[in-house]
Amino acid sequence: MSQNTMNLKVKVWRQKNANTQGAFVTYDVAGISDEMSFLEMLDILNEKLITEGGDPVAFDHDCREGICGMCSLYINGKPHGPWQANTTCQLHMRAFKDGETIVIEPWRANSFPIVKDLTVDRSAFDRIIQAGGYISVNTGNAVDGNSLPIEKQNADDAFAAAMCIGCGACVAACKNSSAMLFLSAKVSHLALLPQGAPERKSRVLNMVAQMDKEGFGSCTNTGACEATCPKEISIANIARLNKEYLGASLSAE
Amino acid sequence: MLNSKIPAGKLDDKWVDYKGHCKLVNPANKRKMEVIIVGTGLAGASAAAAMGELGYKVKAFCFQDSPRRAHSIAAQGGINAAKNYQNDGDSVFRLFYDTIKGGDYRAREANVHRLAEVSANIIDQCVAQGVPFAREYGGLLSNRSFGGTQVQRTFYAAGQTGQQLLIGAYQALERQVALGNVTMHARHEMLDIVKIDGKARGIIARNLITGELEKHFGHAVLICSGGYGNVFYLSTNAMGSNVTAAWKAHKQGAYFANPCFTQIHPTCIPVSGDHQSKLTLMSESLRNDGRIWVPKNLGETRKANEIPEEERDYYLERRYPAFGNLVPRDVASRAAKERCDAGYGVGTSKQAVYLDYAAAIERYGKIEVSKQGLSNVAHEQIIAMGKEVVKEKYGNLFDMYAKITGENPYEVPMRIYPAVHYTMGGLWVDYELQTTVPGLYALGEANFSDHGANRLGASALMQGLADGYFVAPYTVGNNLADEIYNAAIPTTHPAFEEAAKKVAERIASLKNINGKQTAESFHKRLGKIIWNECGMSRNASGLKQAIADVQALKKEFWSDLRVPGEINEYNPELDKANRVADFIELGELMCIDALTREESCGGHFREEYQTPEGEALRDDKNFMFVSAWENKGEHEWELHKEELKYEVIQPSQRNYK
Repeated sequence: MSQNTMNLKVKVWRQKNANTQGAFVTYDVAGISDEMSFLEMLDILNEKLITEGGDPVAFDHDCREGICGMCSLYINGKPHGPWQANTTCQLHMRAFKDGETIVIEPWRANSFPIVKDLTVDRSAFDRIIQAGGYISVNTGNAVDGNSLPIEKQNADDAFAAAMCIGCGACVAACKNSSAMLFLSAKVSHLALLPQGAPERKSRVLNMVAQMDKEGFGSCTNTGACEATCPKEISIANIARLNKEYLGASLSAE
Repeated sequence: MLNSKIPAGKLDDKWVDYKGHCKLVNPANKRKMEVIIVGTGLAGASAAAAMGELGYKVKAFCFQDSPRRAHSIAAQGGINAAKNYQNDGDSVFRLFYDTIKGGDYRAREANVHRLAEVSANIIDQCVAQGVPFAREYGGLLSNRSFGGTQVQRTFYAAGQTGQQLLIGAYQALERQVALGNVTMHARHEMLDIVKIDGKARGIIARNLITGELEKHFGHAVLICSGGYGNVFYLSTNAMGSNVTAAWKAHKQGAYFANPCFTQIHPTCIPVSGDHQSKLTLMSESLRNDGRIWVPKNLGETRKANEIPEEERDYYLERRYPAFGNLVPRDVASRAAKERCDAGYGVGTSKQAVYLDYAAAIERYGKIEVSKQGLSNVAHEQIIAMGKEVVKEKYGNLFDMYAKITGENPYEVPMRIYPAVHYTMGGLWVDYELQTTVPGLYALGEANFSDHGANRLGASALMQGLADGYFVAPYTVGNNLADEIYNAAIPTTHPAFEEAAKKVAERIASLKNINGKQTAESFHKRLGKIIWNECGMSRNASGLKQAIADVQALKKEFWSDLRVPGEINEYNPELDKANRVADFIELGELMCIDALTREESCGGHFREEYQTPEGEALRDDKNFMFVSAWENKGEHEWELHKEELKYEVIQPSQRNYK
């Protein structure tokens, strides 16, 4: 519980907006406690920049407890930084050493255009969900929750896929900027449940079509997405997606 | 005179009768009616989806980059519903009764009963949407217990119930976007309500990417923007959670009710230093199995695991044998504060107590052994098996604790301390969830209506979805039925121009202060004032001082704030400054409300009013009312009282012993 403090350099991607060129700028940050979160370190940098009359670094963040999916950041070459199964907001400064230089970049993918500095536009994910990532049931139409028993294994697997927070780390980690892990998590979640069965075929076809339209790349099975996913979404979901897609394509009219 | 519009008749029949008699809008007319929804958490997303399904033209707004990010997502433990699947004696009445009692008899009976009635529909709706609730081996839904109840009525999805429910509502919302019924405006912040002839007719919203001000018309405006816990700066709320939308509504004539009713959650990870930007909750569900204790010896220096059983004080089990570790949140929080103030706190700050899983791990290990029919099992193996069970139940919470503190909670007890979590107060609404401004509604945490002076665990998700899926579609429709003759008003109307001009002026004045201090630093100072004087315990002299301090802070803010960057660009510091300015004004009202309420009830503990055992002492004779505050200008509010009439439940002193 004792605190150690360190002095660091952060090399940050600065870009005024989507239409301008960006560049790295290096800043010194001093007196950082190892108990701080990574974003608290950036808060300190920003307070310093504002006080000195500069422009603070823009980065997305909200819940700061690893669940909203708003934070991003490519830290020292890894989405969400060095820790396994972790989001940037849950990364703590214990992970770094005194004197170190930390390189911070935004998610880099054509389908996630930069808004400013480290903030990107991930609305493509919303549009993929709009293409079919739901069960069409209007409010008030439901039967009793227990009238439809679901095998525990399927319920657990559906939950494991539904844990996706939509942060986009899978896209950022992929050399092809593929969104297959994100897409497959939603397709799996709904395909594993009996409620999702009626729309199973149209869902997968429409969602894949939208993903292609958004310009995400193809999956070449490198597994970088699974390795970087903060919620440990399994690449087995991509296999399930491919099966669903093939089945739906063969039987579609 | 406040009219809460509670329908006549027996409590059990009110909602059924209301639904049977409320006015309807025919499908052709619905297509012409525009509804604005501000905020897309559980209340907003579910309302947007449900109203879109009905055929209304819905425009939804959120400040995040996607409606899936709203802070409802962080709710961990679960959602209550009076399903009685466990056959343990639950019923609509019992859920209603527990909620009224848990709220320390400061909530409205009719609203709470309706909440309990629709609770079961919520579970059904969510299951139909594909929300993957926890299930038993037989495939049926699983339940657990939460504080303040003696039945198992909480449905959950591991420690991520809020996430799963929000994703369900988000998907229903996105479906309506795809169908063209809902237009979604992400990265937009509402900065004022537009009123025409006394009615809410639209909003001014700022596009947070471009800084442009937009005018949007609506026949009705629904505020679903959540609570104001971030007035304390440090809370379990998301960094962006703010009171701005609700506060603008208040400044436009909506009364603000019971602002001093705030919930301090007993089980959060303690503050580690001045750098702290937010606090993290450890779900109340952990109190199902964990035991809370402090050392019996003052000045104890041994590590937790070295302190023998007989030298530990399980103070909740000692003080409240009937409910033990599952007393309501306000009671558990105060008990922790009492021990720490008395010098028994643990950790370096001494502002923490232990939440210990050793006994639960051993108990679960033994159950596994007998389940598997093993014999002669070594103690270490029992513990290992027990850890596996605990991991399955609470693994994500334990992992989160380990990441933040660097300690392994499977091996050493967690250190916890109370933190601001939820706000029961909010915009005053009638039975129809309409504020005192016609056409302006408040749903979910943004309103005050269902939790009285203290909210029970797993009830926030229930209320958000109840309001959005099952209440607002009827009550808003009842009022829109009178609007079918009114065509949409073009946003060139002078009222829109005037409102947009005012917002632009305010933004310019924030930017033009050109002082030295950051919005963040003002927010931190505000938080300290409110936490110290209007937090877990309050007294008259402290509150008076706090009011003066907040007024002084407001002056300093408006003369020495520095906002970097430009107005017409993506500028999160400008957004923050706007929000902090509103928090400062709210902070003053909270302290005024706390000072005026000369009793203790639920989360509002006035030191002057307590029983000899240190429990909250209510004054039903003089304070059985809702405080609804009307803004009258700078530092000025007028109090309106809504008397609370208990027709079914007889208020008594809450007893969890």
